[in-house]
Amino acid sequence: AGESSGPVPGDGAGPPATERVLFPPTFSVSEIKNKQRRHFMFLRWKQQQRKEKLALKKKRRKEREALGDKAPPKAVPKTIENQRVYDETTVDPNDEEVAFDEATDEFAPYFNRQTVPKILITTSDRPRGRTVRFCEQLATVIPNSHVYYRRGLALKRIIPQCIARDFTDLIVINEDRKIPNGLVLSHLPDGPTAHFRMSSVRLRKEIKRKGKEPTEHVPEVILNNFTTRLGHSIGRMFAALFPHDPQFIGRQVATFHNQRDYIFFRFHRYIFKSEKKVGIQELGPRFTLKLRSLQKGTFDSKFGEYEWIHKRREMDTSRRKFHL
Amino acid sequence: VVWSMLGNRQFCSYKMTTKTQNFCRNEYNLTGLCNRSSCPLANSQYATVREEKGRCYLYMKTIERAAFPRRLWERVLLSKNYEKALEEIDENLIYWPRFIRHKCKQRFTKITQYLIRIRKLTLKRQRKLVPLRRKIERRENRREEKALIAAQLDNAIEKELLERLKQDTYGDIYNFPIHAFDKALQQQDAESESESDAEREEEDDDEEVDKREFVEAEDSELSDFEDMDKLETSSEEEQEEEEEVEKKASHSKSKGKTPLKGPARRKRPYIEIEYEEETEPSTKTKAA
Repeated sequence: AGESSGPVPGDGAGPPATERVLFPPTFSVSEIKNKQRRHFMFLRWKQQQRKEKLALKKKRRKEREALGDKAPPKAVPKTIENQRVYDETTVDPNDEEVAFDEATDEFAPYFNRQTVPKILITTSDRPRGRTVRFCEQLATVIPNSHVYYRRGLALKRIIPQCIARDFTDLIVINEDRKIPNGLVLSHLPDGPTAHFRMSSVRLRKEIKRKGKEPTEHVPEVILNNFTTRLGHSIGRMFAALFPHDPQFIGRQVATFHNQRDYIFFRFHRYIFKSEKKVGIQELGPRFTLKLRSLQKGTFDSKFGEYEWIHKRREMDTSRRKFHL
Repeated sequence: VVWSMLGNRQFCSYKMTTKTQNFCRNEYNLTGLCNRSSCPLANSQYATVREEKGRCYLYMKTIERAAFPRRLWERVLLSKNYEKALEEIDENLIYWPRFIRHKCKQRFTKITQYLIRIRKLTLKRQRKLVPLRRKIERRENRREEKALIAAQLDNAIEKELLERLKQDTYGDIYNFPIHAFDKALQQQDAESESESDAEREEEDDDEEVDKREFVEAEDSELSDFEDMDKLETSSEEEQEEEEEVEKKASHSKSKGKTPLKGPARRKRPYIEIEYEEETEPSTKTKAA
């Protein structure tokens, strides 16, 4: 009943003079003054739209079936991942330059199995209960890690001490309003420092699962979707936290999954039910990280040389552009 | 006069009353309280110590200058040395009432103490407060949620684990022969293991009844293995079988299939821990 939005009646400039098409006077739904009636009309219009849409779908499906094999392939829907702006620093798996770089960067000794990771976890001043518990849980997840609390010690002074005691990595969890919200990951003997914004921290008791605590076995590591050079270096940083030889007996896996520049960390226990099915059970804390900056040397806020900083005005402009 | 008009009653604009006490907000006030003796408006001869940018000054007001408000307060810089400054206060306020002198010195002491503290704190780490931007926070949270949904983490992890299983990174632990071997076959055409190929083809044929026949073809020891599959045995028997199976595993790629049953599987970790000390490799096959 005339709810289609044709040209507004009385608009003579629309159709050219030669083709005078006569439209019955239509009233758009929004012109009705009475709210109840307008609402009613709107619902009716919506229902009609939905019906038409459904009919269209059915027709298309019929056509597709009718064509059978010759039907054109189904259109792939556009996703943000599909439409992602191509980043020129994407790593090609066969790239020699990258391979050479990786063989000579700061993680080379780790990947050549010369060093065993030893990790120090600490917080900012005066950690509150949640942060403390999170640190403990993180320490159970990462093998060979120790938690030390900071009582007013300057990071710059801790770092040489750590190096002296053979620590390979330093994790500082920053806290704000009683919840952890930042993570600084620093590879110690003069390695890169990454500063992340941490969100959605779930402690073990908040995760809906019925698993036990993580055991002492060395977990496997999964790094997903780290495609660009930057992503690669961050991925290697994460990999360097865990000892190189996972104990498959433990059946534990730590996952760092990068999606649209957010890195999701999960810790699972898996079982192979058959060769095509695997069951996973989440244990351990979970959190998401977003990279804020990457520094070349160890932690130094004033004089450090930044390899990458997140600049909001430049980098957040496009919704399809990601950096990791 | 001034006092009876302003101070005593509620007219002084610098006066702040609280439940227990009256305070004076005047910046030249010596003690900070609203008293007859410490009101800079009511006393014609008055002195205070104030600090500006880390240096302390002695301010004095005398009755001779009462008519010139601009020149009312005379300022004297005090030395940085604590004792010398005290002496300077004394010599400037000589012949002044005891109360004002005493209070000036007390105030000066307090000021120097807090200046020292400021200097010490600035040497330590300063906490930098970075303001949050609400719009940006909200935007990032929203994007994170969407990214989480797009990530489909469980699926991704499962896929990755299955990939690793196929790539044979787990080695001998998991015994899922058929499909894995098929894949290996397809990938490695060059390598010819005729015998194993033939056996695998046999396995392919007997999909349904594979376990039994296959086991019998191989070895009688593996019949125990079957029983383990059915999980009817008690734990001790399992242990025995595992030891046997372990021996088998050590010399050949074990092809026995060990289907895992979900809920029973979940119970195994308890048993695992019990038997871990006894035979380590047995946990391996148990995990399978």
